[in-house]
Amino acid sequence: MKKLKEKKTHISMGKRLKRVKRSSGVFIAPSFLGVMTFFVIPFIVIIYYSMVDNPISRNFVFLDNFKNIIGNAAFRSAVSNTAIFAGVSVPLAVVLSLLLAILLESKIPFRSQFRTFFLSPMMVPVASVVLIWQVLFHYNGVVNDMIAVVGAGPIDWFKSAYGRIVLTILFLWKNLGYNMILFMAALASIPKDILEVARMESATALQTFFKIKIRYLSSTILFVAIMSLINSFKVFREIYLLSGDYPVDSIYMLQTFMNNTFRNLDYQKLSSAAVLMSIVMVLIIGFLFIVENHFGKDVEG
Amino acid sequence: MSKPKKTLQPWEAERERARKAAKRRRIWSYTKRGFGTMFAAFFAILFLMPIVLTITNSFMSSSEISSNYGMVFATTSSGGKVYIAEKVTLKFIPDMVSFSQYVTVLFKSPEYLLKFWNSVILVGPIVVFQLTVATLASYGFSRYRGRIREIIFFLYIILMLMPYQVTLVPNYLVSDWLNILDTRWAIWLPGIFSPFAVFLLTKFMRRIPISLVEAAQIDGAGEWQIFAKVCFPLCKGAIASAAILVFIDYWNMVEQPLILLADAEMHPLSVFLSKINSGEIGLAFAVATIYMVPGLLVFLYGEEYLVDGITYQGGVKG
Repeated sequence: MKKLKEKKTHISMGKRLKRVKRSSGVFIAPSFLGVMTFFVIPFIVIIYYSMVDNPISRNFVFLDNFKNIIGNAAFRSAVSNTAIFAGVSVPLAVVLSLLLAILLESKIPFRSQFRTFFLSPMMVPVASVVLIWQVLFHYNGVVNDMIAVVGAGPIDWFKSAYGRIVLTILFLWKNLGYNMILFMAALASIPKDILEVARMESATALQTFFKIKIRYLSSTILFVAIMSLINSFKVFREIYLLSGDYPVDSIYMLQTFMNNTFRNLDYQKLSSAAVLMSIVMVLIIGFLFIVENHFGKDVEG
Repeated sequence: MSKPKKTLQPWEAERERARKAAKRRRIWSYTKRGFGTMFAAFFAILFLMPIVLTITNSFMSSSEISSNYGMVFATTSSGGKVYIAEKVTLKFIPDMVSFSQYVTVLFKSPEYLLKFWNSVILVGPIVVFQLTVATLASYGFSRYRGRIREIIFFLYIILMLMPYQVTLVPNYLVSDWLNILDTRWAIWLPGIFSPFAVFLLTKFMRRIPISLVEAAQIDGAGEWQIFAKVCFPLCKGAIASAAILVFIDYWNMVEQPLILLADAEMHPLSVFLSKINSGEIGLAFAVATIYMVPGLLVFLYGEEYLVDGITYQGGVKG
């Protein structure tokens, strides 16, 4: 908005501005039409579908579909599993990647190599490493051998409630590098003079971190949290590639539910689940924005 | 040390203290660095291990693979829990380096190459055309910022943040209307119009100094010329970054083909790899490695672009 005003005063010719507006609008057109056709319009139709009894007779039933789906046991367990998974792995992903970023910001040797190593899992397709995960976490596999050293019994990782732990590990493995890069950029952009003042006032490293850096990082923390949340839904890939359509209960996620619902094409279920999910996402993201606004206001120029 | 402390002059004592404190700090900083390096090295090993293992295992002969892990895949593929009281032996280095897996994959079993080709043909057009559409659109979004455009851009952001659980249902519906279900178009079109690259490139283009654009305008350049001669050359790096991110995302796709392509013949390798059966387990690692290669190559040559792309996305730098 600020930029717009500047531009207006600078050009100070309404006509010309109008021409710019129109001719540059043409550039948006293909993308806009595509987005409308493939995302927005069908989504509006889906909102409609979620409130009728079926797409052919179209009797308006308002919230019945939502009541049905909330009453659906599979849906409820999918939601709670997804929520538990995201609730554990998203904070872990934020904290661990921040730690890695701080580590790489300190004066250790081989920093750029370490960055490359941490980032490399991001480039590897899930399908390629699934084999190795199977070998590592197999009942007679290496991980069970290792925990046997400390006396823990063998665990059937993929077919028990421990599946959640394995998934969290796989999720962190894949996503920490990406988050770390975001944090490294944010740490590098903190004004040096403020840190200098803190050092001259003999603030400890911890004080500097919690009193100064965290403030500057707040918008990045928000972004990392949102991206991790979105990526946490993509863990379906691992689940599907490891256990197929019907994984053990504790890792039966929302996307697994959707995937199986697509098979019998129950439009009511699908559309009400999608609508519910989008509402929840908007609420969560909105909430995170409000929290960030509250804590990070004082440093944004 | 020979002198007793009492005889020290006050300034000497002060200097001594400062020297000791400096030494202590130095030792502390070395230990900190040492621990930091060890910690980082530990993590680096954890991060690299699965990738390295996959690659080294791809050079084992198939008999070695099945003697090492045969049971892992025998039980997982049949779905039953038949546990053989035998250990899975994980090996970093093959007993004998053998290219037999690669020979089989590349020359004897065409179905893997076919699936690899499927991946290429699904991902290639998405990367190229998503970026074309997005470069144009982000020029529009950054050239002029009216209220309507801000609203549309906000809509794009919301869409970008929606998980597949939400967007796949509309995608399916449109594909059904347009009669392109079970064809590659059902994957291509939503991919091409995905708002992700628009978001990234707009963030970048909004940082291009307006004076450059105005200078071109005064010289009488039209919008298309400003776009092609001023904006595009400045954005090449950002476009490369966006291309890498889009590529990784789609090279890894699992959700879309499962729902939009009923015909398993058209599935990309990312989905097909999991369906590899125990009889062919000797090939699996070679196929997995081949599938990794494009990503790793892009990473090798474009790591800086990738890092830049991620940072533009976070909006911290640009």
